[in-house]
Amino acid sequence: MIAPVEPRSHTIRNARLPGRAFLKLEDVRKCFVRGGVENEILREVSLSIEEGEFISIIGHSGCGKSTLLNLIAGLTRVTSGAVLLEDREVNEPGPERAVVFQNHSLLPWLTVYDNVRIAVDKVFGSAKSRAERHEWTMHNLDLVQMGHAKDKRPSEISGGMKQRVGIARALAMEPKVLLMDEPFGALDALTRAHLQDQVMQIHARLGNTAIMITHDVDEAVLLSDRIVMMTNGPSARIGEVLEVGIPRPRQRLELITDERYIHAREAVLKFLYERHRYVEAA
Amino acid sequence: MNAMPETSQFVETAAGFLPPSVAAASRQETLPMDTRQTDRRATSRVGERIKEVAANVIPPLVVTIVLLVIWQIAASDPKSSLPSPLRIWQDAGDLIFHPFFVNGPQDIGLGWRVLTSLERVGIGFSLAALVGVVVGAIIGQSQWAMRGLDPIFQVLRTVPPLAWLPISLAAFRDAAPSALFVIFITAVWPVIINTATGIRNIPQDYRNVAEVLRLNSLEYFWRIMIPAAAPYIFTGLRIGVGLSWLAIVAAEMLTGGVGIGFFIWDAWNSSRLSDIVVALVYIGLVGFMLDRLIAAIGKVATRGTAAA
Repeated sequence: MIAPVEPRSHTIRNARLPGRAFLKLEDVRKCFVRGGVENEILREVSLSIEEGEFISIIGHSGCGKSTLLNLIAGLTRVTSGAVLLEDREVNEPGPERAVVFQNHSLLPWLTVYDNVRIAVDKVFGSAKSRAERHEWTMHNLDLVQMGHAKDKRPSEISGGMKQRVGIARALAMEPKVLLMDEPFGALDALTRAHLQDQVMQIHARLGNTAIMITHDVDEAVLLSDRIVMMTNGPSARIGEVLEVGIPRPRQRLELITDERYIHAREAVLKFLYERHRYVEAA
Repeated sequence: MNAMPETSQFVETAAGFLPPSVAAASRQETLPMDTRQTDRRATSRVGERIKEVAANVIPPLVVTIVLLVIWQIAASDPKSSLPSPLRIWQDAGDLIFHPFFVNGPQDIGLGWRVLTSLERVGIGFSLAALVGVVVGAIIGQSQWAMRGLDPIFQVLRTVPPLAWLPISLAAFRDAAPSALFVIFITAVWPVIINTATGIRNIPQDYRNVAEVLRLNSLEYFWRIMIPAAAPYIFTGLRIGVGLSWLAIVAAEMLTGGVGIGFFIWDAWNSSRLSDIVVALVYIGLVGFMLDRLIAAIGKVATRGTAAA
């Protein structure tokens, strides 16, 4: 099992092991069998991700993005190939690969505080004292600026706030990899921009390895180090991987006129709308 | 339930519509100018409250009175086979006004009898709730258990309480555990079926959260399954408590003792019809309160869950 990580002072981790990928997908293939018919969702998916990298996975709906994320999370198993985290095969879910779900998935019967605390208690139950766990819970709520609403229930806060609590819950597990499944998909544009900025700040502070699914081109370019573009399903593959190459910290407004930003955006758009146009009921 | 037609019963004042008595009281009072404003607002709030209560109390009161009058007229004939309300009032006044008298081992007030019956229901229903939730949780988890057991439960749950009694008397050879068993077996089905349904309907999201957190099965049961299924479980418990109250009366009629069910049987054997009617009212009111009690507990216990 996972050894509980030492309470980490939130600093950037730069210990990259040369020549060895932190998270590796090796020739992953995934099929679902339904009613005796085998449907191939993903094939020949290979990818190496460095520690601390921010990766976006983009593609049209139905291309298996979420399946890919679930495979990394361990919520579903590969049909063939392997997912390796620090050279160990992933075949079950665990807190070292925390997931921020698309629809926040907070437990409605728990308060905001308890939703984070349940994760803290589970991951650090033996490693930290009660007071330390309380402090760590509050620390993570403050990180997403939700400390003030700790006693509210999920039904009493807005969609953006719920998603922030979901992010706090995931971060509180001190994951090696933070997995985000269209984390801002259900939010309005202004809230989305605000949360994107927050995620960027948190990533800069903590240096987490992060994988985010999105269908928003601007979001992908703004946040990621690399953008993984998926071809259309069924049997989706990685079509292209784009190195964004814009130095951090990035400023949303400054980027609008930035040459590299415009270029990256254009490349993704061309991939999605010229070469792999979404075909209804292909 | 709109209170509009009732406004005619209220007097219009500066403070709004008030019942005549309150309006008269506020007119008599001459207050210093500075306190008048706040006082008016307070009076108006009291008025609102009274109006609200009246809207809920007056209609059932009126209907009850009308029904009693019809009953009185219908049963006032001396040859009538059933007693009239006034007759009951005269015959069974002591039962109505003194629920907790004790005149001997079998001659006790209806309050005591109800408490005895409630004790039985308490034991039988608690067992049913416990077993129902656990069995329901197991069945809800397993597709095969559901397929195998659900049809059997659907058949068994339609068996009337009294039909279980001979079997349980034969099995336990004693009246007291038989009565408890009948309550248990009547109340357990809706709890099982609703719990199982609730657990099958737990969103995949919550299961995913539990998996990522690596909750063990006990933690999953307490922290995810029970709260997520709570609205369903409480629906089952509410149906169950109603059924167990139905069963107690039937069971006591046959097993004897000092419960309210046996009282009815005893009263029938000695032709005290008025006593039976009073007992019926007691049973109805207690059943109503039991239902409301479980509903209230459910409301508190499922806060948050239902709103999601």
